[in-house]
Amino acid sequence: MSTFSAIGEEREIDRDEYTPGVEPQPTWCPGCGDFSVLKALKQALPEVGRTPEETLLCTGIGCSGKLNSYLDTYGFHTIHGRSLPVARAAKLANPDLEVIAAGGDGDGYGIGGNHFIHTARENHDMAYIVFNNEIFGLTKGQTSPTSPKGHKSKTQPSGSAKEPIKPLSMSLNAGASYVARTAAVNPNQAKEIITEAIEHDGFAHVDFLTQCPTWNKDARQYVPYIDVNESDDYDFDKTDRVEAAEMMRETEESLYEGEVLTGRFYVDEDRPSYGEEKRTIGEMPEEPLAERYWDDDYEWERSHDMFLDKHS
Amino acid sequence: MTDDELIWRISGGSGDGIASTSQNFAKALMRSGLNVFTHRHYPSRIRGGHTYTEVRASEGPVNSRGDGYNFLLALGDSFARNPQEEAVYGNEEIKPLSENLDELREGGVIVYDEGLLDASEIPNFEERAEENDWHVYPLDLRGLARDQGREVMRNTAGVGATCAITGMELDHVQDLMRDAMPEKILEPNLEILQIAYDQVREEYDVDAPDVSVPTGEHDEEQLLMSGSDAIAYGAIDEGCRFISGYPMTPWTEVFTIMSKNLPKLGGISEQVEDEIAAAALAVGASHAGVKAMSGSSGGGFALMSEPLGLAEMTETPVVLVEAMRAGPSTGMPTKPEQSDLEHVLYTSQGDSQRVVLAPGTVEEAYEQSRIAFRLAYEYQIPSILLYDQKLGGELTNVPKSHFDREPNPTLGKTLSEDALSEQPHSADGKFHRFQHDVDDGVSPRSIPGQKGGRFLATGNEHDPTGHISESPDNRVAQIDRRAEKLAAIRDDLDQVDTGSYAGPEEAEYGILTFGSQQGTVEEAVGRLNDAGHSVKSYGVSDMLPFPSEQVAEFIESVDEVLVVEMTASGQFRGLVQKNLGRYGEKLSSLLKYNGNPFEPAEIVDGFEAALVEDDGDASGHQTTFVPAAGD
Repeated sequence: MSTFSAIGEEREIDRDEYTPGVEPQPTWCPGCGDFSVLKALKQALPEVGRTPEETLLCTGIGCSGKLNSYLDTYGFHTIHGRSLPVARAAKLANPDLEVIAAGGDGDGYGIGGNHFIHTARENHDMAYIVFNNEIFGLTKGQTSPTSPKGHKSKTQPSGSAKEPIKPLSMSLNAGASYVARTAAVNPNQAKEIITEAIEHDGFAHVDFLTQCPTWNKDARQYVPYIDVNESDDYDFDKTDRVEAAEMMRETEESLYEGEVLTGRFYVDEDRPSYGEEKRTIGEMPEEPLAERYWDDDYEWERSHDMFLDKHS
Repeated sequence: MTDDELIWRISGGSGDGIASTSQNFAKALMRSGLNVFTHRHYPSRIRGGHTYTEVRASEGPVNSRGDGYNFLLALGDSFARNPQEEAVYGNEEIKPLSENLDELREGGVIVYDEGLLDASEIPNFEERAEENDWHVYPLDLRGLARDQGREVMRNTAGVGATCAITGMELDHVQDLMRDAMPEKILEPNLEILQIAYDQVREEYDVDAPDVSVPTGEHDEEQLLMSGSDAIAYGAIDEGCRFISGYPMTPWTEVFTIMSKNLPKLGGISEQVEDEIAAAALAVGASHAGVKAMSGSSGGGFALMSEPLGLAEMTETPVVLVEAMRAGPSTGMPTKPEQSDLEHVLYTSQGDSQRVVLAPGTVEEAYEQSRIAFRLAYEYQIPSILLYDQKLGGELTNVPKSHFDREPNPTLGKTLSEDALSEQPHSADGKFHRFQHDVDDGVSPRSIPGQKGGRFLATGNEHDPTGHISESPDNRVAQIDRRAEKLAAIRDDLDQVDTGSYAGPEEAEYGILTFGSQQGTVEEAVGRLNDAGHSVKSYGVSDMLPFPSEQVAEFIESVDEVLVVEMTASGQFRGLVQKNLGRYGEKLSSLLKYNGNPFEPAEIVDGFEAALVEDDGDASGHQTTFVPAAGD
């Protein structure tokens, strides 16, 4: 038996394999958009042929962080805002793993914003799904980084004086090579986008609009939505950075005017992933590092043989 | 003070190559058969500012800086600021000479570059020289270097002059220059060395040197190494192949050494956006099955608090190093202090579940770096190596054979897929990664990608499968099991015994210290016993889990104990009392927090003034005595 025989296993995968026996029923509120992310992942993973035991799902803290309890894979439910650095390192340690990171808008665009920018900049090969409900749900309804200006909550009683974060533009500028937005109310598109994001060789950022019926009643249900790649009203080239940027700007502004634009906004298939870049400069081994610890024939180097001459 | 030693201080401006010149000179002395120890003093500044390095060399063992020094080579500061203006920093140009006079011993030698330094700018310089019987050699080192090549080579001229005055042969220095210098600059440097040497011998009567270089012989091959080197090599020999970090003084040294060497070993080094990410990456890499480390200094380590707690809760093995510097906040970035002890022991929410080791010497730094990894992986717990700029940055010679050991790349209790299939699983196939009843509290782990090993790692309290649980029974079982690991680690460390002991066993007094002050304390203990006192010392390395039994036994065996540490609040003494719950009336403190490590004489004088009635005078030192409770 090889060390990681779950990796690369060719077999039919049943969607139910991702449903944990311990807690098959999520505790998200009825009508919550998060159910759609779970469903899309359960559809996408068999489609890309990745089994639960070759997949590592890293989450942060918040309603979104519960995803690890409801999707049965190897999981790392990290701390608030830190799913990306944990996920990044796991991918570097073992590039054969399917690494997926997920979190909320507070987790990814607020407390973990620095990690988001740098992970996009470095173009790590992973899908990153942000459950964007424009509110802090688990802590009961505070204004979040994507809440619209003027949003009132117990922590912003006079209405937020801040412009919201523009996640798609931020992602593009930071260097993500795949940027998309989908919505819970659009399950077919969600499944397709999540599938593409997992398959993309680089950092694939999906801003997933997940309505919060409990704490964000004012917000719309993200309907009707428009797919900008299919609608005749929009004509832009998603492989063109300038056109993508303009489309993103329009999308981010119109969301707060009640128009929900979704789709693939930017796709760059040519940019090498971070792992490839590191290998090119000779700073990452060709074989997964994690395999080496199980290789009985590997001759482990000693400082005594390699580095001491310069001290003598 | 001993007479059979050379303590050579080279001073100049930060950026003038003081560190590399002193390193080469130290190595030449080591190769000549001497034991060496360096002490660096440098400002937190980009360029310029008075800096010096001391090289102490003796036939006998040297594990500390000395008391003062006996040979000054004062070079110019190329980057001195506004020497004409009256600024807060005064005339910086003259500082390499003026700032170093107070600590120069009677009968010492001064070589200064009269091309750049004008001794007449120093008030009463000649009177002081006469009073202290200093032997002064004004030499135009800059002019000499300029004539032969480039002004920057004046350091080499200074070394040549040093050899001439101390009666040291040039061959070891020449060999070293051949090893260390690129072809292009080698020839002019060799020439300058020789010319300076010859010129001094011609112009001065140096046949009866004022300060001479001792001679010695080593039994075996020696290496000149810093604690930072030793920590990095220990990590490599334990199979660490992943490091993530963010630059910060003085931790950057370990990060740099690892980043340079890991690619040669097929390893990975990641410079990341901040220290939160740095620690989180190390956790992620370890979770995926690689031996990983990260580290920082005070402020950066503060950012690591939360990932550190995550490693504790998810029982992810990881090694962090913390290179202390004087705090609080940005403090004094290039100055050593030991005041991050409590920070490292207790930071992060909840009850601490970590190992903290504070090595005392370069050899111990290598040894304990290896122990930190072994414990982290065997017991699935974060290990922290706590040191400071004194240990990290100072060079000393260690026998090469110390490093001639087998590597240990094992991951600890990590299961193969075959072994995993024998382990308990839930009905849905989830592996019980966090079982309640296991030996030493260590529940074996799986690695993502293994068949039959899937589980959830979470910062929440969790049941055996990793699933989030707030059940009181499970909570108590998990907390107790994780605590059991620390008890097992204490037993493990008792077998290793990382402590360092000096002085006669039946001594009347004791000195307790931890970490980098150990060598200095041991030298002081030697001198105190030579002076007729009865003293022994115990340098403690295990900060957590604490060696309570051993420390209690040490305290019991003497009348009184002086606790020596570089903190202002007596953190180590507090740790001793917290763990032992008694002996407050027996423990007094000698503290130093002015940015410089202890000199042996400060401990000798502090001890005599504090514990021996009507004896000793510590009033000339910037140390603080805190009496025992009730005194």
